[in-house]
Amino acid sequence: MTSGAETEAVVTEPTPPQRVLPTAVVALLVAVLCALAAALALWSLHRMLEPPAGVDALLVVLALVALLPLVPAVRAFGDDRRRGRHLAAGRLAPARHQAASGREHAHTAMGYALAVLICAGLVWFTTANDGAITRTFLRWEFLRSSFANVLDAFWINVEVAVGAQLLVLVVGLVVAVMRLLPGRAGRPLRWLAIAYVDTFRAIPSIITLYLVGFGLKLAQVPVFKDLSPVWLAIIALTLTYSSYVAEVYRAGIESIHPSQWAAARSLGLSYGMTLRTVIVPQAVRRIVPPLLNDFIGLQKDTALIGVMGVTDAFAQSRLTASNVFNLTPVIVVAVLFVLITIPQARYVDRLLAKEQTRTGRS
Amino acid sequence: MTFLEIHDVHKNYGDHEVLRGVSLEVAKHEVVCLIGASGSGKSTLLRCINALEPIRSGEIRVAGDVVSGLGVDVNRLRRNVGMVFQSYNLFPHMSVLRNVTLAPVKVGGRSRAEAEEKALALLDRVGMKDKAGAYPDALSGGQQQRVAIVRALASDPQVLLLDEITAALDPELVGDVLAIVRELAQDGLTMLLATHEMGFARDVASQVCFLHEGRILERGTPAQIFEDPQEERTRQFLGRVLASGRL
Ligand SMILES: Nc1ncnc2c1ncn2[C@@H]1O[C@H](COP(=O)(O)OP(=O)(O)O)[C@@H](O)[C@H]1O
Ligand SMILES: [Mg+2]
Repeated sequence: MTSGAETEAVVTEPTPPQRVLPTAVVALLVAVLCALAAALALWSLHRMLEPPAGVDALLVVLALVALLPLVPAVRAFGDDRRRGRHLAAGRLAPARHQAASGREHAHTAMGYALAVLICAGLVWFTTANDGAITRTFLRWEFLRSSFANVLDAFWINVEVAVGAQLLVLVVGLVVAVMRLLPGRAGRPLRWLAIAYVDTFRAIPSIITLYLVGFGLKLAQVPVFKDLSPVWLAIIALTLTYSSYVAEVYRAGIESIHPSQWAAARSLGLSYGMTLRTVIVPQAVRRIVPPLLNDFIGLQKDTALIGVMGVTDAFAQSRLTASNVFNLTPVIVVAVLFVLITIPQARYVDRLLAKEQTRTGRS
Repeated sequence: MTFLEIHDVHKNYGDHEVLRGVSLEVAKHEVVCLIGASGSGKSTLLRCINALEPIRSGEIRVAGDVVSGLGVDVNRLRRNVGMVFQSYNLFPHMSVLRNVTLAPVKVGGRSRAEAEEKALALLDRVGMKDKAGAYPDALSGGQQQRVAIVRALASDPQVLLLDEITAALDPELVGDVLAIVRELAQDGLTMLLATHEMGFARDVASQVCFLHEGRILERGTPAQIFEDPQEERTRQFLGRVLASGRL
């Protein structure tokens, strides 16, 4: 009886909003400390670069940006004051509203301040050791002198990547379909498909590249021994990545509900026709995101084709780098890879989001 | 003349015997309703008839020809035996029109124009002509099921198998779909349907079979089965259905 009365009291008694002040104080401290760290980092950058006035102005702007988290931190104090006033006047709902807004401001200040701190740390790192790090990785004159060479060689990477991707689309599907063949007749082909996937998924692609690149020539294998190194690279990467993509296809095909098979077969469509007109077209939609992920992996692995004697962008950049004792050319390759990958990554994100809303709706 | 003959069919999934000697004859233009509790084997029986499931023993004949066992051209069989499923199973990546014309074009060897003309005529009959370009996602359950019926009819099947085609529909949509089946029955299409709609079964069936644990326990005209069931199990089943307000 008493406990019942107590819980009732707890339920009906409105709870006043908690104070925001402690959170606001912490937020202000964090914002100030992070701004200080940013100022120090920028100062050390200024000393290292001894830059012209234009760049110095930029540094000043950056320092001001680092102060921005102070704005929400200060606002949190205002919210706390207004919360107190509302509460004193017995206006509970507005008081709660101010408290929530104050906490939100304080948290925002901390989030932005921490981001400033991380950026400051990165800037400081580039200036450490009296700027030796920056000079090793990024020298304007080497960037200028190596850019054309490296970009030229990068087309080989693009060529190999696109060639292998096209082949992988076909070979991967063939292997996946082999692996899904039904019945006793399909068994040997199923086993072959499984053996292929198991083998080439296990072998590091650099080893496959090496073996294909030198082995086929060494053994004087007809046809293959006359192929250009670029073609051998395409073949090697196709071997490796078809094994991944076959699994992606298979997962996609198996994710189609069996009732689709039943419906198609009940209309008199054969196994192959059902696969071609009903199952694979639906599966392809679902596998585009994982497929693109594997393609990004393939693109990056084109940096390994140097082991078979092809002068791709990475090999070219290492050559240049060792001439000038500086890693700037390698950074150029890295940036090129980033530049071609980012649009694809965003595209995958978009597709995934679209798939999410689609399946979420149905 | 007996058109569909099912003789002593046994079917099991692993150790579980689902059909234990089912025999059934369906004459041309007849409408046979399968009733029975969930799990009694109605769907399995229908799937065995068009060879979506292999049977262990027994024999199934369509138009005098044995269609069970090895060496049967299942794709030809299935052109004669249409099927409509509880969950519609339309192809979501194809428009309504493409769903309907797929089999006539790919399997029946018709020209696309011819198939589309016929498909549109059939869609018109079920009030779905204006949705010919729509995708299944954009249709209600009742509309999808009407398209699924048209899809099965587009190959000119000699017999239609319908597996609880209204079970997944909202109650207010059931009537439309049943009206179409009723019309097909009046046109003389041979049909074998599993259903929980007892009122409908009473109206359209020429024969009602009560399935219980993989056996046809009782069969007869709707009047015999619904008004004067002989078997205790049938009475119990109908009593339960009555209690749930579906008779
Ligand atoms: N693919 C399957 N694998 C194993 N058991 C199944 C399968 N399909 C159906 N069954 C079993 O067979 C029995 C009959 O199922 P079903 O024919 O769907 O009954 P109904 O359609 O009358 O509800 C049930 O016990 C069910 O669990
Ligand atoms: Mg069923």
